[in-house]
Amino acid sequence: MTRAERLAKLPEIARERILVIDGAMGTMIQRHKLEEADYRGERFKDWPRDVKGNNDLLSLTQPHIIQEIHTQYLAAGADIIETNTFNSTSISLEDYGMAELAYELNKAGAALARAAADEAEAADPSRPRYVAGALGPTNRTASISPVVTDPGFRNVDFDELRAAYAEQTRGLIDGGADLLMVETIFDTLNAKAALFAVDEVLEELGLALPVLVSGTITDRSGRTLSGQTTEAFWNSLRHVRPFSIGLNCALGADLMRPYVQELARVADVYVSAYPNAGLPNEFGGYDETPDQTAEHLRGWAQDGLVNIVGGCCGTTPPHIKAIAQAVKGIKPRKPAVVEPVMRLSGLEPFTMPAF
Amino acid sequence: MTETTAPRTATFVNIGERTNVTGSAKFKKLVLEGRYEAALDVARDQVANGAQVIDVNMDEAMLDSEAAMVRFLRLIASEPDIARVPVMIDSSKWSVIEAGLKNVQGKAIVNSISLKEGEEPFIAQARKIRRYGAAVVVMAFDEQGQADTCARKVEICKRSYDILVNRVGFPAEDIIFDPNVFAVATGIEEHNNYAVDFIEATRIIRRECPGAHVSGGLSNVSFSFRGNNPVRAAMHSVFLYHAIPAGMDMGIVNAGELPVYDEIPAELRERVEDVILNRRPDATDRLLEVADKYKGGGAKKELDLSWRRQEVKARLTHALVHGIDEYIDTDVEEARQQAERPLSVIEGPLMDGMNVVGDLFGAGKMFLPQVVKSARVMKKAVAYLLPYIEEEKAANGNGGQSQSAGKVLMATVKGDVHDIGKNIVGVVLQCNNFEVVDLGVMVPTARILEEAKAHKVDIIGLSGLITPSLDEMVFVAKEMERTGLDLPLLIGGATTSKVHTAVKIDPNYHGPIVHVIDASRAVGVAQNLIGENKADYVAGIKADYARMRDAHARNQVGRARLPIAEARANHAKLDWAGYEAPTPLKPGVTIFEEYDLAELASRIDWKPFFQAWELHGNFPAILEDDKVGAPARALYNDAQAMLQRIIGEKWLTAKGVVGFWPANSVGDDIELYTGEDRGTVLETLHMLRQQMAREAGRDRAHQCLADFVAPKGSGVADWVGAFAVTAGHGLEERAKAFEAAHDDYSAILLKALGDRLAEAFAERLHERVRKELWGYAAGEDLSNEQLIAEEYRGIRPAPGYPACPDHTEKATLFRLLDVPAAAGINLTESFAMVPTAAVSGWYLAHPDAKYFGVGKVERDQVADYARRKGLDLATCERWLAPNLNYDPDAEDRVAKVAAE
Repeated sequence: MTRAERLAKLPEIARERILVIDGAMGTMIQRHKLEEADYRGERFKDWPRDVKGNNDLLSLTQPHIIQEIHTQYLAAGADIIETNTFNSTSISLEDYGMAELAYELNKAGAALARAAADEAEAADPSRPRYVAGALGPTNRTASISPVVTDPGFRNVDFDELRAAYAEQTRGLIDGGADLLMVETIFDTLNAKAALFAVDEVLEELGLALPVLVSGTITDRSGRTLSGQTTEAFWNSLRHVRPFSIGLNCALGADLMRPYVQELARVADVYVSAYPNAGLPNEFGGYDETPDQTAEHLRGWAQDGLVNIVGGCCGTTPPHIKAIAQAVKGIKPRKPAVVEPVMRLSGLEPFTMPAF
Repeated sequence: MTETTAPRTATFVNIGERTNVTGSAKFKKLVLEGRYEAALDVARDQVANGAQVIDVNMDEAMLDSEAAMVRFLRLIASEPDIARVPVMIDSSKWSVIEAGLKNVQGKAIVNSISLKEGEEPFIAQARKIRRYGAAVVVMAFDEQGQADTCARKVEICKRSYDILVNRVGFPAEDIIFDPNVFAVATGIEEHNNYAVDFIEATRIIRRECPGAHVSGGLSNVSFSFRGNNPVRAAMHSVFLYHAIPAGMDMGIVNAGELPVYDEIPAELRERVEDVILNRRPDATDRLLEVADKYKGGGAKKELDLSWRRQEVKARLTHALVHGIDEYIDTDVEEARQQAERPLSVIEGPLMDGMNVVGDLFGAGKMFLPQVVKSARVMKKAVAYLLPYIEEEKAANGNGGQSQSAGKVLMATVKGDVHDIGKNIVGVVLQCNNFEVVDLGVMVPTARILEEAKAHKVDIIGLSGLITPSLDEMVFVAKEMERTGLDLPLLIGGATTSKVHTAVKIDPNYHGPIVHVIDASRAVGVAQNLIGENKADYVAGIKADYARMRDAHARNQVGRARLPIAEARANHAKLDWAGYEAPTPLKPGVTIFEEYDLAELASRIDWKPFFQAWELHGNFPAILEDDKVGAPARALYNDAQAMLQRIIGEKWLTAKGVVGFWPANSVGDDIELYTGEDRGTVLETLHMLRQQMAREAGRDRAHQCLADFVAPKGSGVADWVGAFAVTAGHGLEERAKAFEAAHDDYSAILLKALGDRLAEAFAERLHERVRKELWGYAAGEDLSNEQLIAEEYRGIRPAPGYPACPDHTEKATLFRLLDVPAAAGINLTESFAMVPTAAVSGWYLAHPDAKYFGVGKVERDQVADYARRKGLDLATCERWLAPNLNYDPDAEDRVAKVAAE
């Protein structure tokens, strides 16, 4: 199946059922208990800095492990799998001195996911499997000063982010991504730069790939790290007319629900949600069982809140399997019909009254 | 897009301009000196004062505008108090705009782009703005220059609109046109029509460019009057007064300096209006003639200063009549120094002034809102004098007691929390020199009687809004009788009536009881009850009420009721066989934690708001009414200003909850089930049915709300919804603060607005239920007027109101939705909701479901109803007292007599 054929089927599938996205990559990688040498592989054995923890690098040094994880999620029932490229921007890779590998890591990460998805499609040709190129938040924020004494200072700006995201986007598309997913957004200005770059690259390539957007509400204040409420966050990004808007990470399903509900109310596009498996325990692990997570998501689906569900930190193939079963047969949410009025935002939404 | 004719200032978006170096000398100085901390304070103040969007402009030759824009926006991002509102990035330089766009995480407005350099850069800039995600202001400017005439403004805006919408794909709702406000009264004849051109162009642009907005910078229009701020401000106010109804919905305005249209002195207003509307060739000269007269240091204060030149007594009267409290302390101080004793100021000039207010009110030349404002001035004056009076008292043991007309105790009865009407009556009485002891709300009878004795009052006034309060008032009267009082008792409040007072209350008390229909009557009644002719007056009232009782008793005979079985046989017959009940899209309970007040403000039904102030007429026609137009406009302006602060400063929090359950009717009850298998009953709603005998040939059904829900066994899987909303969180504290500052006017205004917002919330939520949550009318598209006229499918009857008059059913509703936890609303023992700015009710979706009144019911139905509810008959009769077609006490007496 070509990308074009696969994408042609997407609108109908999304109308008919709730799509399932995969679970955590990091949690699965941890299980392999890889050491510095495993991360380095042959190619980077003399790299001047430690690279353990650079999970994205495994797409080059341990590709079989990454592809196997993708395969497990596909077997669990995922329609969409995310590439192992969360940190593959030149900005984030700078931590390992690997900025110049950004394009390559994205291309390789997308290719691995695509290879796994192709196998699954070959096994069941009736069911397209989509690769979502993951664009993470980077380790720098354009709206927040890292220097307490100088609130006007920034260690990254829009244009730097935009260039880094453009490079990432090109790599993901060249590697075979079907969708582009700007996710785990905790600073909306970073996301605006990412989406600006995605829009530019797609225009340059003459492509129209669906774009998925997923933000992170960091705690029960109901705001992103950069201070926006859910609706303000959506108002800031709705101009890109994404395929979906949603939330992931930071919260478990129980605490995330009100914000998903809020998005479901205001968004005239599809809504996605992939929470963590609860909040981390004292060891940094996650305790929510597949059934518990799936039960929450079943409720969301029954209440007509979601179109795309899956898991974030701490979720595993059994979680995704349980989620896929839980939402099976439940009608997907219909996008909200919203009045075409001017909707602006600061940290809070502002809706211009229509008259 | 419909053309609007009424001022819609609630929806006018005011853009703060004080963080604009071209508009604020202070801000410019701070930025040039690099004092960004202080510059941030300017922004913070502006947001705190209600700016909904802040304009940031750094276009100054001495500045690196790009760097200054970036620095300021980044600093704002670290200040949640400021960053909560959107930014307008304002520059004539594209590079500055783009630098700004790269530094806002929210969705901003760009101000501005235009066709000045041709289509190519215009399109390129518009595309970029879309990609950055911002709305845009488009100037009416093209290759030929800036548009001055109406035709040119329209032509350029339409061309821009077409390019933006059709070629760039820019959302129409994100386009704001600035059709150029130019200076008028410049002495150059061609300029005379500039304001008219703007207003007319606005009207056409709003019509021809659907979805787009119109904005403008006001200060240009008055440019010729530089140095004369009062005249400039008057010009701005008059300009807006005409431009807003034409469709101008945004503007860069310094709201704090804008006089209210009606408060502009008539002479100045007329001449300004001549200039703005280009009504006569000599308009400019005529404005110039008077301009100097109004010139002064400040903006609005000096506008009507002529009265300040009068002697102090006249000034006090003027201040009282016009409700101006700005100078009251100074004037009172001056009067105090002239007076023998501080008390003489109250008894002399202040009371004289209030007498003028009273006379004007009595003659129908002043209206309630104005009188309440007068009272505010009076209270402040008295508050100023009090320490002096105390001091005198301490010095010589005799400060003197003010000679009051009489002392009135006011209370909202036990179980009831509504007090707007009571407070208004209190204020009006105070204006007429009555001393008022206000016990507040939910006051038990025992306390009313104790306080009446302790304060040695002359009159007791009771108020209540919900029907159970009627019964409580009867109880107060009985207790007054029992404890041997003979004070006059006043009865007032929305559900009270002269008939009820005559029939149910008056017979229980030998003393005078008078029903007071509205606040304007209260003074006359109170004066009569204290004056020399009291005996005649009271005898007249007693006789009148006795006649009413007789007439009522005679009428009773003719008002036959059907046996309940017959009424039930004639139930509304809906076609259930052909009916498919819509399943809610969002079943279960949905909670709205903090509903957007701005969204509700634009949906306010204003007519009842004016009624609360005893100004009667339809909205918006009332604003132009010959008789009450001026006070209505003044009140409306005050209401709008307060609404902006309510929203901008989050004075109130709106919370709501809604839920849906599978339901079927069983007789006159409605069963709500725990699940869609309909096996377990969650709650049962008990309804009452009309029982009035119809005239022959009129076979309309005897209605009951249960008729609108599919019967159990019909096979129709029907649903019923419930809701509770409030806009009253935060209201009491704020109202108390106003009262503490002797500002009853603002306190009452706030409560009236809270009520309106709650009603608007109920209406808006019902709309969203129809369109989204239940979703059976997704395509519904009605105007606000149609919504107010209820031209939609489905009803939301409220327990305690005509279709389901039993207040106790609210208990079920509150259980179902867990309203106290979900929306923070609680019920009093009389089932009044607290906060009072609250609405609750049921949702029924059948297209034939209509509102009706149950009217009076017979004992047979009440007995059956009591059985269904599991209550004893007497309890039921007490709650349904206003709806009984019989007098349970009378029959008791008959029964007793028979038994003896």
